[in-house]
Amino acid sequence: MQFSKQAAIVTALLLLLSACSTVKLDESAPVEDRTGKPVPQITTLPPYPGDPGLGAGSNANTTASSSKDPLDDPASILAKRSIYFDLDSYVVKDEYKPVIEAHAKYLTSRKDRKIIIQGNTDERGGSEYNLALGQKRSEAVRRALQLLGVPDTQMEAISLGKEKPKATGSGEEAWAENRRADIVY
Amino acid sequence: MKRYFLKLIAIANFLAVMPYAQAQLKVDISGVGANQIPISIASFADEPLTGHSISGIIRADLQRSGLFKIIESSEILNETAAVNLASWKAKGADAIVTGSVVKHSDDRIELRYKLADTVRTVDLAVHSVSTQSQFARLAAHKIADDIFEKLTGIRGAFATRIAYVSRSAGEYRLEVADSDGESAFVALRSSEPIISPTWSPDGTKLAYVSFELKKPVVYVQDLANRRRIVAANFKGSNSAPAWSPDGKKLAIALSREGLTQIYLINADGSDVKKLTRSNGIDTEPCFSPDGQSIYFTSDRSGGPQIYKMNLDGADLKRLTYGGTYNISPSVSPDGKMLAYISRREGKFQLHVLDLITSQEQRLTDTTHDESPSFAPNSRYILFATEASGQGSLTVVSIDGTAKYTLSAKASNIREPSWGPFSK
Repeated sequence: MQFSKQAAIVTALLLLLSACSTVKLDESAPVEDRTGKPVPQITTLPPYPGDPGLGAGSNANTTASSSKDPLDDPASILAKRSIYFDLDSYVVKDEYKPVIEAHAKYLTSRKDRKIIIQGNTDERGGSEYNLALGQKRSEAVRRALQLLGVPDTQMEAISLGKEKPKATGSGEEAWAENRRADIVY
Repeated sequence: MKRYFLKLIAIANFLAVMPYAQAQLKVDISGVGANQIPISIASFADEPLTGHSISGIIRADLQRSGLFKIIESSEILNETAAVNLASWKAKGADAIVTGSVVKHSDDRIELRYKLADTVRTVDLAVHSVSTQSQFARLAAHKIADDIFEKLTGIRGAFATRIAYVSRSAGEYRLEVADSDGESAFVALRSSEPIISPTWSPDGTKLAYVSFELKKPVVYVQDLANRRRIVAANFKGSNSAPAWSPDGKKLAIALSREGLTQIYLINADGSDVKKLTRSNGIDTEPCFSPDGQSIYFTSDRSGGPQIYKMNLDGADLKRLTYGGTYNISPSVSPDGKMLAYISRREGKFQLHVLDLITSQEQRLTDTTHDESPSFAPNSRYILFATEASGQGSLTVVSIDGTAKYTLSAKASNIREPSWGPFSK
C-alpha cells in the first residue's frame, strides 16, 4: 500500500480511538439512567389546536379557534407570573392577591393546564438551607392557589434556592429581585 | 505537499495519544502549623521512569500538611545507599527519605523507599509499593501517608480524592480530583446547577443534587462504570443527600409534604421513611460515625441551628447557641468534632465545635465560607470560600494553623466533599 494511504488509515483509526476515549472520559455522552421506581414527572401538554403555545410575545396565529388563550395575552394579569417577597418573609403579600386569584381562576377552568412554582432566595447563606427557604416561598404560593380551589394534581412547588438568580450581583436591588416565586406553565 | 501531510499526521497522532486534558487545581499554601518537622526527601533513583517526580509529589504532600518543613536536597539516593545520618542532621533534617523505582514486566512498577530518623539514628520504615504504572501518583501519595504517620502518629490522608462542582461559561461540572488537586476528571457536565456531592463510604459512588430536570433531584452515580440512578425524585424538592456509614442508606431532605423535612431511603432509592417531624425546616442531615444518629440543621427555634437526634427520633439535642444562624453540620470521622458554618456580624465563617468539651472555635477570617467536609483522618477540613469574587476551596487544619487553597483559573469552585481513605 502507498505510504500516504497507510498514514491516512492509521491517522483515521487513531482519531477514531481518541474520539471514543474522549466520549468515555468526558461527560458529553449522556449518563445511563436507571430509575429504580416510578418517577413523578410534570409533563406539559401540547398546545390546544389553534393555540400557538405559551410564552410572552408569541404570535397568536389562531386558525381553528376564535378565542385566544388568555395566557398569551401580554396585557392580561395572567402575564404576571412572579410574586416577590420581603426579606425573611414567606407570606404572599396582599398586593399579589389579584395575581393569585387570576391564576387560580384560569387553572380551575383549564384542567389540562399544569404549573410548576419555583421558589428563589437571594444569594446570602448556604445552598441547602436556601433551597428550603425558597421552597417556603413556592409552597406559600401553592397553598394560596390551593385555597382558591386549584387541585394538587395541577401544581408542583419546587425550589431553586440561590442557584439560579435572576439578578446577578450583590446589593439590596439584586437581592429583592431574587426573593421571588415564579409560576411556570 | 507530502511534508505538510506528514506534519498533519504527526499532530493528529500526538493529539490522539495525548491523555484527556489533565486538569489540575492550583495550590497556594497560606498557613503552616506551629511545629514543623524538618525533613529531606532525596530524589528517587530512576523516578523519571514513572513519568512523574515521585519525590516531588511526596514533598508537596508533606508541605501542604503544614506539619513539615522541607529541607531541600538535589541528590538522587536509592534506599540501599549508605546514608550519613549525622551529615543530614547537620543540614537541619530530622528525617531523610531515600528511594528508587523499579520497572517490572506487564506494566507494573515498584516504588521502594526508606525513612530514616537522623536524631535517633534509626530506620523508621523500609517498604515498597507495587502497582500498575498508571497509578504511580497514587503510590507516591501512599508513601507520603506512611512517612506522615511514622513521624506524626496521625494517619495520612494524601492518597484520597475530593469531589467538587466547577462552574465556568454557563456550564456546571461535577469533578473528582486527587487530594492535591491533580488528575481532575469530569463526572457530570450540565447546563443546570449541581450541588451537594457526597462520597459513598467505600469511595466508589457520589450522591449529588442535579437541577437538570428543572427541579432538584438526588442522583447516585457509580464513578467507575459511570452509571447512575435517580435516588429521589418525589414531588417537590429533593436534596441534601448523606450516606449512612454502612453505605446502605441515604438521609435526604424532601419537601413532599410541604415543609422541608429529613427522610431515610435505601441507597437504591427504594423505601422512604420520615425521620424528623417539626414545624420548621429540617435539612442537611449528617450521620454520626456509629450510624445511630444524625446531625442536622433545623430552624424550629426561629433561626437555623444544629441539632443531633437518634434515627428513631429520641434524644434530640441542640448543639449550637452562638449567634442566630448555624448551618451545614459535618462531623469528623472520629466523632470528636463538628464543623459548621456560622454567621456572625453578617460574615459566614467556618467554626468547629469540640463535641466533648463543647468548646467552639472560629477557624477562618474569610466571609463567605460554605460546605465544610472533614478529611478521613479527622485532622483537616475542606470547605468552599470566596476570594475577590471567585469561588475556590480551602483546606484548614482543625487547630486553624495550616491552610492552603485549591483554585482554578476562570472557574468558580464550590460544593466540596473529601472522599474516604483509599483501599
